[in-house]
Amino acid sequence: MESRSGRDVMVGVFVLAGLLATAYLSFSIGGLGGGPPGGFRLVVGFDEIGGLKVRAPVVIAGVRVGQVASIDLGDDYRARVLLDVGPTLELPVDTSASIMTAGILGDRYVSLQLGGEADLLAPDDEITFSESAVLLERVIGKLVHNASVEGEE
Amino acid sequence: MKAVAQLGRWAVGSVEQLGRLTVFAVAVLRAALTPPVRGRAFLAELYKLGVRSLIIIGVSGFAVGMVLGLQGYNTLVRFGATESLGAVVGLSLIRELGPVLTGLLATGRAGSATTAEIGAMVVTDQLDGLRMMSIEPVHLVVTPRALALVMVMPLLCAIFIVTGLWGGYLIGVGVMGVDGGSYLTSLESSVDFVDDVVGAGIKALVFGVLVGLISTYRGYTCVPTSAGVSDATTSTVVVASVSILVFDYFITALWGV
Repeated sequence: MESRSGRDVMVGVFVLAGLLATAYLSFSIGGLGGGPPGGFRLVVGFDEIGGLKVRAPVVIAGVRVGQVASIDLGDDYRARVLLDVGPTLELPVDTSASIMTAGILGDRYVSLQLGGEADLLAPDDEITFSESAVLLERVIGKLVHNASVEGEE
Repeated sequence: MKAVAQLGRWAVGSVEQLGRLTVFAVAVLRAALTPPVRGRAFLAELYKLGVRSLIIIGVSGFAVGMVLGLQGYNTLVRFGATESLGAVVGLSLIRELGPVLTGLLATGRAGSATTAEIGAMVVTDQLDGLRMMSIEPVHLVVTPRALALVMVMPLLCAIFIVTGLWGGYLIGVGVMGVDGGSYLTSLESSVDFVDDVVGAGIKALVFGVLVGLISTYRGYTCVPTSAGVSDATTSTVVVASVSILVFDYFITALWGV
């Protein structure tokens, strides 16, 4: 009887370990349940989002403070990005958002630069200052174009 | 003419085998739904097939994660994109290597043992002994083993993936010096619950059904000699491994996971 109950405990531990691993994969890594408890959502319009994806990080001074909740096409045919950030943040109304890239080929993320106004953004407010993603192809295209124009002169 | 006849015989034989396997699967399913519930036997099988596979799964997962970390780093460093190491390790493990390697390892560790055990029972007429006591062998012997393999596979797969992620982290962050935060960030932002994690679970479940059915079927139908048991065990490993790889391709091709 002793060994049998010992075996049952081992089976219990095994099943629990498997379920914990599944939960870790689902919630922490898979992002089920929406990641950090936001409650504080902000809207930003961008002309070009490059390869920004849902659940990309939102950072201030390089520190992760939230994530991208959703990306849609707005009525004005600009990208409408919903940011989910921590509720304790106090962001001035002239805060600006820009889309950056980690490394040259890394993932896109949204970086917030704080402004200097005294008024603060409320939940669901729109960040009016935005800087679109820099598309590497476009930069290269411009460089090539400039070089060829200079060559002709 | 002879070759054509042989081809025909082979084709009829494979279809016949497939049919028998299907009939067997229905019998197992029916046995699983008929009372009494064989809780004790099921628990004993969970211990044998699950708990005792933990070490091989954990060690293999860790080693595979370490290799992925190293290979991924050495490839990504050429493009200056080592920040994406977490995504490379995570997506390869979750979408492909985790379910497939767990399936293959469990076939070797648990599937072959199941076939050999049931085969030995057939050789020593134990199944006939059960029938004499009007206990259906499929109900007492086969079903708990098949169900335990189906249940064990997703759990082992999840453990394999998590230890693999640790292994990749250890090599990438600890040894090669990738930033720990960017490893986790690229991992978390590239892995999606529905696309990747659920897909891995479905693959593991399908592989569990395959290994569970094939290993018990081979044991149950083995020729009652010692050579027969050895043939059945070999055939379980070969057939289950190949069908895991083939099914893996079709699951990926049809549902993109």
